[in-house]
Amino acid sequence: MTSLALLIPIALAMGLIGLGAFFWALRRGQFADLDGAAARILIDDEDDRVLP
Amino acid sequence: MTSAAPVTAPGGAAAGAQELRTVLTVPGMHCAGCMAKVERTLAAISGVSAARVNLTARTVAVAHDQRATVPGLVAALAGAGFAAQPRLDLVEPASAVRPLLAPLAVAAFACMNVMLLSVSVWAGADGSTRVLFHWLSAAIGVPAIAYAGLPFFASAARALRRGTTNMDVPISIGVVLATGLSLHETVIGGAEAWFDGTLMLLLFLLAGRVLDAMMRDRARAGVDALLRQAPDGAMVVGEGGSLAWCTAADLQPGMVIRVGAGERLAADGTILTGTSRFDQSLLTGESVAIATGPGGKVLAGTLNLENPVDVRVIAAGADTSLADIARLMEAAGQVRSRHVRIADRAARLYAPAVHTLAAISFVGWMIAGAGVHHALVIAISVLIITCPCALGLAVPVAQVVAAGALMRRGVLVKDGSALERLATVDRALLDKTGTLTMGRPVPDAACLDALGGEGAAVALALASHSRHPLSQALAQALAARGVQAATIDAVVETPGQGLRAQWGTRAVALGRPAGAEGLATALTITGEPVRIIRFADAPRPDCAVALARLAGMGIDCAILSGDNPAAVAQMAALTGLPAQALASPAAKQAAITALQAAGARVLMVGDGLNDGPALAAANASIAPGSASDVGRQAADLVFTGDSLLALPRAVGVARATMRVVKQNFAMAIGYNVLAVPLAMAGLVTPLVAAVAMSTSSLLVIANSLRLARAARDPSRRGAA
Repeated sequence: MTSLALLIPIALAMGLIGLGAFFWALRRGQFADLDGAAARILIDDEDDRVLP
Repeated sequence: MTSAAPVTAPGGAAAGAQELRTVLTVPGMHCAGCMAKVERTLAAISGVSAARVNLTARTVAVAHDQRATVPGLVAALAGAGFAAQPRLDLVEPASAVRPLLAPLAVAAFACMNVMLLSVSVWAGADGSTRVLFHWLSAAIGVPAIAYAGLPFFASAARALRRGTTNMDVPISIGVVLATGLSLHETVIGGAEAWFDGTLMLLLFLLAGRVLDAMMRDRARAGVDALLRQAPDGAMVVGEGGSLAWCTAADLQPGMVIRVGAGERLAADGTILTGTSRFDQSLLTGESVAIATGPGGKVLAGTLNLENPVDVRVIAAGADTSLADIARLMEAAGQVRSRHVRIADRAARLYAPAVHTLAAISFVGWMIAGAGVHHALVIAISVLIITCPCALGLAVPVAQVVAAGALMRRGVLVKDGSALERLATVDRALLDKTGTLTMGRPVPDAACLDALGGEGAAVALALASHSRHPLSQALAQALAARGVQAATIDAVVETPGQGLRAQWGTRAVALGRPAGAEGLATALTITGEPVRIIRFADAPRPDCAVALARLAGMGIDCAILSGDNPAAVAQMAALTGLPAQALASPAAKQAAITALQAAGARVLMVGDGLNDGPALAAANASIAPGSASDVGRQAADLVFTGDSLLALPRAVGVARATMRVVKQNFAMAIGYNVLAVPLAMAGLVTPLVAAVAMSTSSLLVIANSLRLARAARDPSRRGAA
């Protein structure tokens, strides 16, 4: 039982962290352009401009 | 997406420079290369601090200050080969997916954690451990069910208030009863709690809803991007000859507008100065351009083909002939609103059957002498096991996969019910101008052959210097033949006359032929006879193959055109279809209503404003991407390529989708036929329910994925 008392809170906490991360991503607009995100990986970095 | 807005530039930027945010729609973006080009083009403009493409919505958000103007941004993109248009409303269009993502995430989180606890219970945990696990499951499950179930509860409540039922009613009843029973079992320390099954049910159903919403969002974004391209405004000639751009909404009767060659009129009016020909095909279906001079009446939506003219506006906005057609359309959408989606039709049979079975189990076990508690547990387990988990996925998964397959082949599907309606059609009415034909002048191939090599090179060089519609059509056709332009100098374009230039030592000209009939242009090279190039509205590629395939699918086709009888008869002879000419918008709608009254299910294919009411009245409708805004908005499906093969392809995929949906229903019902007797006999445990539910859902998904290949041509010889 003592192991359970430790493991269950850990499992729940990890799940909650995942859920929190998803909500954070949702609010930050990470899911606003799924097609674009898939295509963006293919863009070649022709110029490594350093933005000011 | 407030948080996605660019942060204002740090200190170094010019003091007082105000950060502006402009959203441009760029419908021509398709791939990573386009994205990179658009973003880099914009970022290179001085004053632009950031440019971010949204490929799903085909838009680019630009953060800039006053040094970069909106017309400047549009011009820069035009230079890079992308047509762009500022989006007027900065508000993001409402997405159907986003409100469902949070419930989906909560259901997934809770389902995983509760399942973890349930597995231990199934594996043999008992006594105080089982009680503890049930309480933990309840602590996670009850709030999660309350939150993730909201979309279903709300929809079920709406349906019940209207006195109807839909799939959400049995779902809500099952979920609420199962949660109540599980809480009761937890409190009294019983052996079985059903939180895991209930959450799994919600998870699968929400996944189905998200897929359905995703399909609608994607198609709408595609159609919206096309719609916003429309130029809606005119150059207004002010006192003393000043020119100012004015949007269509602000045009007033009495204003004088200047309409260049190749522009569309934004209002009805009479010509003050200039003579030109006007293409009314979008408005009336008439394919022959009409010559009009001072005093003649011209209508909004028609295309000026030849010379710039000044037009005095006599009607704008809601008074134009366009607005009359819009009013007709409003009244025409009844057939579609009467369509009941197949999932809801199934629910109408399903809900009473399920609830009767549960009631029979309860009464049966009471008669057999079981206690109220035992009988109730069995009745509720029947409800849970019959909850339409696979049924909830059966329709949306199939439709999403099919719509995705069609989208890759250039056909946009607006929503799932469009595929359902399209699958049932047995009659097709096709508009002529712009639908069976390209709707734009194409030079006659024999005339181009007669030009010879040098002639073609000179013609291309001349034509490429003009924005006149005929010149552009000629340049496009010659370039497509691989002709290289000759080198010419001193090009002069005289509006209404044509182009003149020097080709080496010889004078060359491309212009209006003297006394020629119909649409034509003449190429003159000093020392050689004048060569006439005729233009005609050519049939779309694969027209005959597409019509033959439709006929092979058991769909009777006919032409329904507003064009003159001679032009329609020519097309009818070419395609071998029966035809009706000179049909007004109201007559087209009446023809469809008459067929529907005779029991036919009608597919309307059209592009023009005059087809709008017919597109809205038909059981299903398809418009080409080149169609008018009205046509694209009224149609269920929009195909973007030139080839007419999109029609049989769309119908074929719609029918394949319905076959798969029916197979899915059969699987879901077959699973119930096996599981319900077990449940009624009291043999179903939460473990059995969880296994059965996920297996049937996986089967349904796997079966639907077969549709990913449905849009391929039956033979590999299809048009490239």
